[in-house]
Amino acid sequence: MLRDEDRIFTNLYGHHDWKLAGARKRGDWDNTAALVQLGREELVNRMKASGLRGRGGAGFPTGLKWSFMPKETGGRPSYLVVNADEGEPGTCKDRDIMRHDPHKLVEGCLIAGSAIGAVAAYIYIRGEFYREAQHLQVAIDEAYEAGLLGKNAANSGYDFDVYVHRGAGAYLCGEETALIESLEGKKGQPRLKPPFPAGAGLYGCPSTVNNVESIAVAPTILRRGAEWFAGLGRENNTGTKLFCISGHVNNPCNVEEEMGIPLRELIDKHAGGVRGGWDNLLAVIPGGSSTPVLPKDVCDDILMDFDSLRGVGSGLGTAAVIVMDKSTDIIKAFARLAHFYKHESCGQCTPCREGFGWVERVMDRMVIGNARVEEIDMLFEVTKEIEGHTICAHGDGGSWPIQGLIRHFRPVMEERIAAYHAKAAAA
Amino acid sequence: MPKLTVDGIEVEVPPGSTVLQACEAAGKEIPRFCYHQRLSIAGNCRMCLVEVKPGPPKPQASCALPAADNQEVFTDSPMTVKARKGVMEMLLINHPLDCPICDQGGECDLQDQALHYGADTSRYAEVKRAVQDKYMGPLIKTIMTRCIHCTRCVRFVDEVAGVPTIGALGRSGDMEITSLEQAVASELSGNVIDLCPVGALTSKPYAFNARPWELTKTESVDVHDAMGSAIRVDSRSGEVLRVLPRLNEDVNEEWLGDKSRFAMDGLKRQRLDRPYVRKEGKLQAASWPEALQTVAAKLKATDAAKIGAIVGDMADCESVFALKGVLDGLGVTSMDCRQDGAAIDPSCRAGYILNTGLAGVEDADALLLIGTNPRVEAPVWNARIRKSWLENGLKVGVIGENADLTYPATYLGAGPQTLNEVANGSHDFAKVLEGAERPLIVVGQGALSRVDGAAVLAAARVIAEKYAGGRDGFGMLHTAAARVGALDLGFVPGEDGRDTAGILDGAASGEMEVVFLLGADEIDPAKLTNAFVVYQGHHGDRGAHAADVILPAAAYTEKDATYVNTEGRAQRAYRAIFPPGEAREDWAIVRALSGALGAPLPFDTLEALRTAMGEAVPYLDAVGALAEAEWGDFGTAGDMADTPFASPVRNYYHTNAIARASETMARCIEELLPPATEATGTDG
Repeated sequence: MLRDEDRIFTNLYGHHDWKLAGARKRGDWDNTAALVQLGREELVNRMKASGLRGRGGAGFPTGLKWSFMPKETGGRPSYLVVNADEGEPGTCKDRDIMRHDPHKLVEGCLIAGSAIGAVAAYIYIRGEFYREAQHLQVAIDEAYEAGLLGKNAANSGYDFDVYVHRGAGAYLCGEETALIESLEGKKGQPRLKPPFPAGAGLYGCPSTVNNVESIAVAPTILRRGAEWFAGLGRENNTGTKLFCISGHVNNPCNVEEEMGIPLRELIDKHAGGVRGGWDNLLAVIPGGSSTPVLPKDVCDDILMDFDSLRGVGSGLGTAAVIVMDKSTDIIKAFARLAHFYKHESCGQCTPCREGFGWVERVMDRMVIGNARVEEIDMLFEVTKEIEGHTICAHGDGGSWPIQGLIRHFRPVMEERIAAYHAKAAAA
Repeated sequence: MPKLTVDGIEVEVPPGSTVLQACEAAGKEIPRFCYHQRLSIAGNCRMCLVEVKPGPPKPQASCALPAADNQEVFTDSPMTVKARKGVMEMLLINHPLDCPICDQGGECDLQDQALHYGADTSRYAEVKRAVQDKYMGPLIKTIMTRCIHCTRCVRFVDEVAGVPTIGALGRSGDMEITSLEQAVASELSGNVIDLCPVGALTSKPYAFNARPWELTKTESVDVHDAMGSAIRVDSRSGEVLRVLPRLNEDVNEEWLGDKSRFAMDGLKRQRLDRPYVRKEGKLQAASWPEALQTVAAKLKATDAAKIGAIVGDMADCESVFALKGVLDGLGVTSMDCRQDGAAIDPSCRAGYILNTGLAGVEDADALLLIGTNPRVEAPVWNARIRKSWLENGLKVGVIGENADLTYPATYLGAGPQTLNEVANGSHDFAKVLEGAERPLIVVGQGALSRVDGAAVLAAARVIAEKYAGGRDGFGMLHTAAARVGALDLGFVPGEDGRDTAGILDGAASGEMEVVFLLGADEIDPAKLTNAFVVYQGHHGDRGAHAADVILPAAAYTEKDATYVNTEGRAQRAYRAIFPPGEAREDWAIVRALSGALGAPLPFDTLEALRTAMGEAVPYLDAVGALAEAEWGDFGTAGDMADTPFASPVRNYYHTNAIARASETMARCIEELLPPATEATGTDG
C-alpha cells in the first residue's frame, strides 16, 4: 500500500484549499524555475528515467514522447496540448485533479512545455466539466497574476502561456488528432497518421498531446527525483496511479495507489469491498470501458499495471475499475457499451461507422436471447473486422469489450439464447 | 526515390508517393472508394488496405501510407484479402439492394468491387439504415441511402470548386452528407456526380434515361466555352443523352463545367430541321435547292461592298474556311468573327491566344486578370487557377469586376485607370508582378469589347512586355469556341471591309444589303430588319428570327469538325448523332452554296477541305498540339475611357443558342442566379 508521503495528489478529495496559496503549501510551484532551467535534454532524460507511462490509456512512455519533439521547427512554434477530454466510461480522475488540484496541472504545463520547447499549452477540457473549467481558469489567472505564467514564467526566463478550451461533448475528441481538429475549430475527426502530431499537429506545428494526469505528476516526479518514482511499482510499470473505482462496491472512489497493486486489495482497502463480499463478484472491467472484462477468477490475483493486465488479454487503460457483482446482467451491460461505441463513432471509417451499428443491433437481440448460437461467433468476427482496420483506435476500443464478453461469458449468452427459444417454443 | 517491393515486384517510385501509387506502378490494382488522385487523401473508406512490412501487425491504408525504402507490400496476402472482404461486407450491410433501379448501375465502383471482394450472401440480418434524400439543386439527384460516406463530393467542392457547400452532419452510422437543402452553387457542381463512387449522387436530367451499356460513346470536344474541354458524348438512337468529361491533362484535367455537361438537352429543342425562305413577309418551309438558289441569286445580284458576313461563337473551322472561300470569290471584304466587337488584333497570333497554355497557370506565381471573370467564362480553368493558388500560392490581381472567384484575389480596380497605373508601375500590384518569376497577364473579352478595346489591348501588351517578358507571360481568355480558329483563318474585315459593328450599322442604315450569319446569335437582330439576312445554324434563336433564308445546320455533336481553343490548340469534334431532319453539316452547306453560285469550291470531301485548310493555316492540321506564336506589335495605343470592364458573360447558363434552348439551364438560372431586377423579353 502506498505510503502517505509518496502521494502526489495530496488534495485529491478537496479537503484543502485548491487555489494557489493552498497549492503552494502542498509544495507546488516550489522553485519551478530551477526545474525549467534544467533544460530540454535533462528534463526529457529525467522523465525517461522515471519510467512514467502515459496515463491516458495507451501507456506510451511520456519521456520518449517528449523526445520526439523536433528541435528545428523551421520557424514554427511548438505546442503542448493537454487532453482533459476525459470521456472513457468509468474514468473520473482528471476531473478531480482539475477540481481540487488544478495548480499541479498548470505547473506541469509550464515544465512539460519547456521540456518540449513549446510556446503555449492548450488544455482541451471536456464540455461537461463546467466547474472544473472554472477552477482551472481561476488557477491559470492566479498563476499569471503571480508571474508564474506569461513572460519569464516563474522567473525561469522561459515565456509560456496556458489556454483553456472547452469541448462540446464528443467522446472521440479525446483521441489526440481528433482533439487537435476540434481545437482548430473543425469537426472532431481523427487525422491520418503519419504525420504524427510531433511533426505536424496543432495548426500544422509540432505538438505533443498528453493526458492531464501525465502532466500533473511531472513536477512532483522531477522535484522528488526520477529514482523515487521509478522505485515505486514494478519494472516498466513504475510510480503511482490514480484509480477510479466504481460500480458494485461499497465505497466508490478515486484513489492514488502504487502501480501493480493487486486488484482485490485495491477494491477491499479503498472501496470498502465488493457489494455482498468478494464472492459476490461477477466481473471487473479493469481500465475503462474499452478494456476487455475480467471474470472473477482472474480478478482474484491480478496485479493492476500495464503489463500484467496485458498478460490476461486486457489492459490498464485509464485505470477505471468498473466492478460488477452477480446481480449484473452482463449481456445488457455490454449492449449498453455497444450502444455507446456506436453513438460515439465519428463516422469516417467504414468498419467503425457501419460495424458498430451492426454490433449494437446484434447485442440488443443477445440481451433477450433472440439470436442463434452461431451469431455469437459472427459477432466476434465482426468485431475482428472492425479492430485494426480504422484510422484511430476507436475501432479497437469498441471491439475489445465485446470480444472480452464473448471470451469469458459465452456460456451466459448461450444460456440466454436457449432460454429464449425454449420460451418461444412453449408459447 | 524509394525502392520497395510489391508482391515481390521491385518498384522505384518518385519521392512523396504513396504505397497505393507504388502498387499501381507495379501493375497491381488497389480497390478504393475515397481515394481520388485530384483530391486530398481522406483514408476513410479502408478499402485500399494492404499488408506492409515492416509495420504494425495490421493492414495499412495504402492511399495514406508514404512509400519508403525496403517496404514489402502484399496486395493479395491472406491478411489483405481478409481485410478487404471485411470492409466490403461493412460497406454493403447498409447499402440498399436497389441496383436494378439505380442509375449508377453498370458503372458503379461498389458494384464492380463487390463482384471481386464481396460475399455471395449477407450475414447481416438487422434492419438497414434509411436516409432521407437531400436537395442539391437542379443538376444533382440524391438517393442518400446509397451513400458510403467516402466524402469525395465534400472534398471536391471544398478543394477544387472552392465553394464549400457540401459537408457531413452527424456522426457514426448517422452521418449524412448534405448541402443543407441548398443548390450547390458552383459552375462545376456536376463533377460530384462523376466522383460519387455509388449511386448516391446522380445526374438529375439523366435520371432513368439509359444504361451505360446501351450508349454509343463518342469522344469529342466541348464548344460551350473556349477551353475545348475533352468530352465524351453518350448517345442512343440518334439522341444525345449525356455528356461526360474525358481526361485531358493539358486542358480540363478531368472536370467539366455544368453548362458543357447539362446544356445538351438544348440540342433537341428549337432546332432548325429544314430550310426556310421568307415569302410574303413570313418564313415558309422550302426545299434545299430553293433556299440555296434564293441565297445565290441575292448574292449575285448584290454589289460585293454591300454584302457582309458574321461568324458566330460555335462555328467550326471547316465551315469558316469554306465560307471565307465563297466570300473571297465574290470579292466580299466585310466579314468578322468577333460578334461582340472585341478589338482583337488578328495580325499577331501571340496577341490573341493563351500563350502559356491553360496548364501554364500552374507554373505561374502571379496572375493579372484584366476584364475577365474566369469563374463564368471558363470555370474549369478557374479551378486550375485555384489549384495554383492552393499549391503554389499564386497571387492573383483583378482589374475589372470584383467577383467571387473562389480564391482570394486582390481587387486592383475597375477599369483602364488602374490598368494605366499598373502599366506605369505606380500601382502596388506592379511590385508583385516585378517580384514574380513567372507572371502571367490574361486579358478577357470584357476588356476588349468596347470602343477603346484596341487601346486596352495595347496597354495590356505593355504590361506583359514590362513585367512578364512578352509572349511567355501573356494570354487572352476567349469565351467563344469559334474565335481563335476563325481568327487564324483570317475571318476579319479585308480592305475597306466592315467589322461586326460596321456590318450591323450598315444593315440598319441600308448601306449593307445582304448579311450572312454563320451561327451568329449574339447580335442585335433589330439592326437587321432592313437587310436580306441569311442564317446558317442549328437553333431558332436570335439570328434565325431575323433571317430571310434559313439554312439548317448541324450542332457540335452532329459533325466532324475542328475547333481551336483559347490556347491555340486545334482539336477535333466527332459526330455522335446525325443532325435532325434535313439539316446538313455546315461545310457541306457552304460547299453547296458555292455550287449554286456557279463557282464551286475546290473540294468535295471533308478530307479535301482539311487538306486545303491545313495548307492555308498549318496550325489547324496539327491537331492536339500547341504551336508557339510569334510575339509582335498588337493593339493600338490611345486614350481609354474610364468605364469599368465588365465580363461578357452576364449569365453563365445562357451564353449560346444551345444553352438558351435547354430546360436544364433554365432551371439552373431559376435556382442559382439571383433574379434579374428587370425581366426583359430576350432573357429567356
